Order: sequence, then structure tokens, then C-alpha cells
Amino acid sequence: MSTPVLKARGLVKRYGRVTALDHADFDLYPGEILAVIGDNGAGKSSLIKAISGAVQPDEGVIELDGKPVQFGSPMEGRQAGIETVYQNLALSPALSIADNMFMGREIRKEGFAGKWLKQLDQAQMRKIAREKLSELGLMTIQNIDQPVETLSGGQRQGVAVARAAAFGSKVVILDEPTAALGVKESRKVLELILDVKSRGLPIVLISHNMPHVFEVADRIHVHRLGRRHAVIRPGDYTMSDAVAFMTGAKDPPPDNEAA
Amino acid sequence: MTETEQPPRTRQDFENTLDQSDKRVASFESKHSGFMDRAQHFLHGNPTMVPVIVLMISLLIFGVIANNFFSAFNLSLIMQQVSIIGMLAAAQSLVIITAGIDLSVAAIMVLCSVVAGKLAVELGVPSIIALPMSFILGAACGWLNGFLITRIKLPPFITTLGTWNVFYALILYFSGAQSIRGADIDANAPFLKFFGNSIPIGGAQITYGSILMVLIFVVLWFMLNKTAWGRHVYAVGDDKDAAELAGIQTNKVLLSVYVLAGLICAIAGWASIGRVGSISPQSFYEGNLNSITAVVIGGISLFGGRGSIMGALFGALIVGVFQSGLRLAGVDVLWQVFATGWLIILAVAIDQWIRKVSA
Repeated sequence: MSTPVLKARGLVKRYGRVTALDHADFDLYPGEILAVIGDNGAGKSSLIKAISGAVQPDEGVIELDGKPVQFGSPMEGRQAGIETVYQNLALSPALSIADNMFMGREIRKEGFAGKWLKQLDQAQMRKIAREKLSELGLMTIQNIDQPVETLSGGQRQGVAVARAAAFGSKVVILDEPTAALGVKESRKVLELILDVKSRGLPIVLISHNMPHVFEVADRIHVHRLGRRHAVIRPGDYTMSDAVAFMTGAKDPPPDNEAA
Repeated sequence: MTETEQPPRTRQDFENTLDQSDKRVASFESKHSGFMDRAQHFLHGNPTMVPVIVLMISLLIFGVIANNFFSAFNLSLIMQQVSIIGMLAAAQSLVIITAGIDLSVAAIMVLCSVVAGKLAVELGVPSIIALPMSFILGAACGWLNGFLITRIKLPPFITTLGTWNVFYALILYFSGAQSIRGADIDANAPFLKFFGNSIPIGGAQITYGSILMVLIFVVLWFMLNKTAWGRHVYAVGDDKDAAELAGIQTNKVLLSVYVLAGLICAIAGWASIGRVGSISPQSFYEGNLNSITAVVIGGISLFGGRGSIMGALFGALIVGVFQSGLRLAGVDVLWQVFATGWLIILAVAIDQWIRKVSA
């Protein structure tokens, strides 16, 4: 296998007496969808936060494209090309789709208006936002100035995924993207995920939904007790095996890639 | 990774019926029926239209029932009367859009005018130096509010309730509870009254202060709607955590809002000297609440993130129009206050109704 896009070794994160990450390892290879599963409290969120820059691990190293990196904030992680879609989506409900997509990285006009008056190039931002949404098959969105709060849950998820896909140059992390969605909307989001993958971006998918994980993931990272317990391929094991690894009912397989 | 390694991409059985289902996942057709529905959606998209419509209707009504209401002189008088509260409302709007509230705006304004007067009239500091010093003081007062709210994490209401009292005490300290008379200002520092000058157009008297108020609103409108800073201000007021995750430095944005609000209050302090003609520590004691009234009537949501700054201008004008119209119609002053009270309640009720709009 090629070099991992994102690699972590020996991550430790303690909150007081609680050890959320206990020498956890992590590997994400180019072009793959890696699902991260684990029981509640297994440390999935801490792992994701550590690699996206939202928390700083106490120990361990993170490498992006083989180079060691340290993120002091989510903004730094993002600047390095790691985009995260949080469970609560991090969208501002009253602002428009275009405003939300460019939140924190607005485009200014050129020349005097942009340099001195700091005027935004709203036409340009609308155009790019529309293009990005169309690329992901959300082209039925006609009014890019529509407030996000008037969209359905799946449409909001679509906007958040489109934002991540549009600006994430290295990695896209999705935290429970289908947790709050209905059957039809979940399907659409899964298609979106495969679409993003087909454009060459590796994806980290955190999910509790086994059918969804087994359907789209290339590899499954099983997190248990703060560390990587096993890495399996969905073709080799059943969902009940995965749950067994996750809960500790079964020991990790001997051919474990995590070893 | 080769294709053979891929796991089978199978859908779940229960999803097979999806083929026959409606495919329009992200369609935006609106199926509004009925006038009220349409009105609700229209106002949701254009929140400033509520105060504009109310302003138009009240102008019409008072034009019919009150004598001389539509004279150029009376209309320009309304502008003069609302100019100071209008400027405070502009500062207040900024804070309220971030889901905060600033009870200290009028206290900052009076403090700045008192200090500018003290320096320029009593200590003989040239106005051209005394005024910028009062502006720095105003910005510093705003910074104190912002610091307490963002760093010490106190709620804006409590913070500014506290600083209101602190600033008011400073007003009494610097002024010695004495007013500075207009004659003394004219003799020593006439420039302090600059915004009391006016341009006569026909029968109207457009004061520089009225023009300044409109100018402040236009500049703030541009900043809020056409710059990244403005979008961030709305995002912070809308959902602070989401804005933070989207990469906005929310505390920096909040601090800048309070500092700017303080600066606007200081500028309003200068304008108030021209409007009142003297500097009184007792003036504008109700200015805090009047500025909130204008903002609320202007359709800016107290919950933050919604409404246009221009709404506050119209809100201030509505209050001015009501008071002027009722006075010209010979209605007792108590009914003017009565009407303002109901206006506030009506404005908030409409805001709640608009916010209930569904997709």
C-alpha cells in the first residue's frame, strides 16, 4: 500500500483522570473511505478532534503526507487541507447558502473596493457556490441566497458536505452524517460521499450505522478503549463480527492491519 | 487499492422501494398558499419591510389627522429629534445582532460629551484634540464591555447593567453634577456644537446631526452586508458555536462590535452637544431603553443574527413620527408613551411570527 495521507502514532489525550486516547494509531490511505466505529466513550470523537486540530493531543505524532504536523486550532487543520463536517454541521441558519459555504474564507473584490473598502465579491462567491453544489448533484438548488434554515436536514447536510469537498484538499472528515436523517436523505448523503470519493478525496466516516458503514467503507477502523482495536475490510467480516470487535466480545483477528 | 478488493455495494432491502419514490431531494419549489403564508415568507426574506410599511402607514395616518404634519419643517424636526437616539440605535443594533444587548450606550455617550466639554470648555484644550480624546474614551468603554463579555464570559445584560452604573458615576464625577451652559460652549469651544448647524432647504432645517445619523447607518449597512466582518457578525449572533467551528474567531468579532459601538456612542456624544445646546449629566437618561425600542421596532431580532441595521433607522423614525403626530393632533403626552409601548409589543409579536416560517 502507498504512504498514508494522514497517519497518527501513539496519540494520548487525557481529560483530568479520564484517558480518552490511549496510544491510539490511525492510518488513512489515498482515495479510500475509512469508517471509524466504536462504542460510546471509546474515544472516536477525541481521535477525530485530534487529527482535525480541534484538540491538541498530549503525546504522539500526526503526519500529513509523511510530514509531521501540529494543529493549534481547527483553522490550522483546515488550512492544511483537512475539512471536517461536524455533527451539528456548523452552519448559520439565518445566513444564505452562499454565505455559509464561504464562511471564514470570503472572497474580496479586486482593486479599490476590495482592498480599501474590503467589499466582498458576492457575485463570484454565488457562482462558485452554485458550481460546487451542482458538481455534487445538488443542482436543483436554484436560490443560492436562500437561508439555510429553510432547507431540509438532507439539504443542509448536502451544503455542509459540499463546503467540505469544495475546500478540503487532502482529507474530508464526516462525523455521523446520516445520524439525523431519514431513509431517503441518508441515501442521498451516502451517494454524495461516494461522489466525493470518486473525485479522489479520502474520507473519514464516523458512524454508528453498520449498514451504511459496510456499504460505503473500504476499511473499517474499530476503536475500543481509547485505542485502535482492529482494522477490517467489510468484505471479510460480517456486521456482527464488527460489533463483536467493537464491544470486546471477540478478539481482533490475527491478520489485523492495526498490529 | 484495486477494484476487486472493494466490498459489494449493496443497498439495504428496505431501501429498494426508493426507486419509485420522489427523487427531488433538493428541490426548492415553494408551495405557499394564501396571502398570510406569502406575506410571512416575504417578510422572512425582507425583514426590513415591516418597519418600512409601518412607517408609511403612520405617515399617511398622521398626515390626514394632524395639521401641518407634512410640512417640510415638521418632517425635518422629526429627523432632528430622532438623530441622537438614532445613532445610539445604530450602536445598539450592532450589539443586538450578535445576540447581545448594551444597556450602557447612552451612559457612554453622555460620559464622552461631558469629558469633551470638560476638556474643551473648562480646561481650554482645543476641540480638535478634546474630541478625538472623547472618541478614544468611548471606544475604551466599549472595549471594557467587550472584554468582560468575551474574556470573563459574563452575560451582556449583566455586564452592561454594571458598566451603565459605573459610567454614570463617572459622568457625575467628571461633571461635578453640573451642566456646562450653552453660552460657555459658544464662547470657548463652538466647534463642539458643529452638528447643531443646519442647512435650510425650503422650510426644512436639515441639521448636520441628522445627516450624520443617516451617514452612520449607511456606513454600517455597507460594513454588515458587504464585508466579511459583517457576515461574521451575523454568524456569531445566529449560532456562536457553529461560527466557531466554521473557523470564525468569535471573541475577536464580538470585541470589535463592542468597541465600534462605544466609538459610535462617542460620536453621538459630540452630536448631542449640538442637538441639546448644552452639556448636561442628566440628559438622555432613558437613552439606553429608547435605543433598544428603536431597534426592536425596526425588526431586529433580540435573539440575534436577524434583521437589517436599516430597520433601526426606520424604528427610530417610527417612534419620532408617532410622538410628533400625536403631539400635533393634540394628544396628551401620556398617550404618546402608551402608543410607543404597544408598538414595541407589536414589533416583537411580528418578529416571532416571521421566525416561525417553515420551509
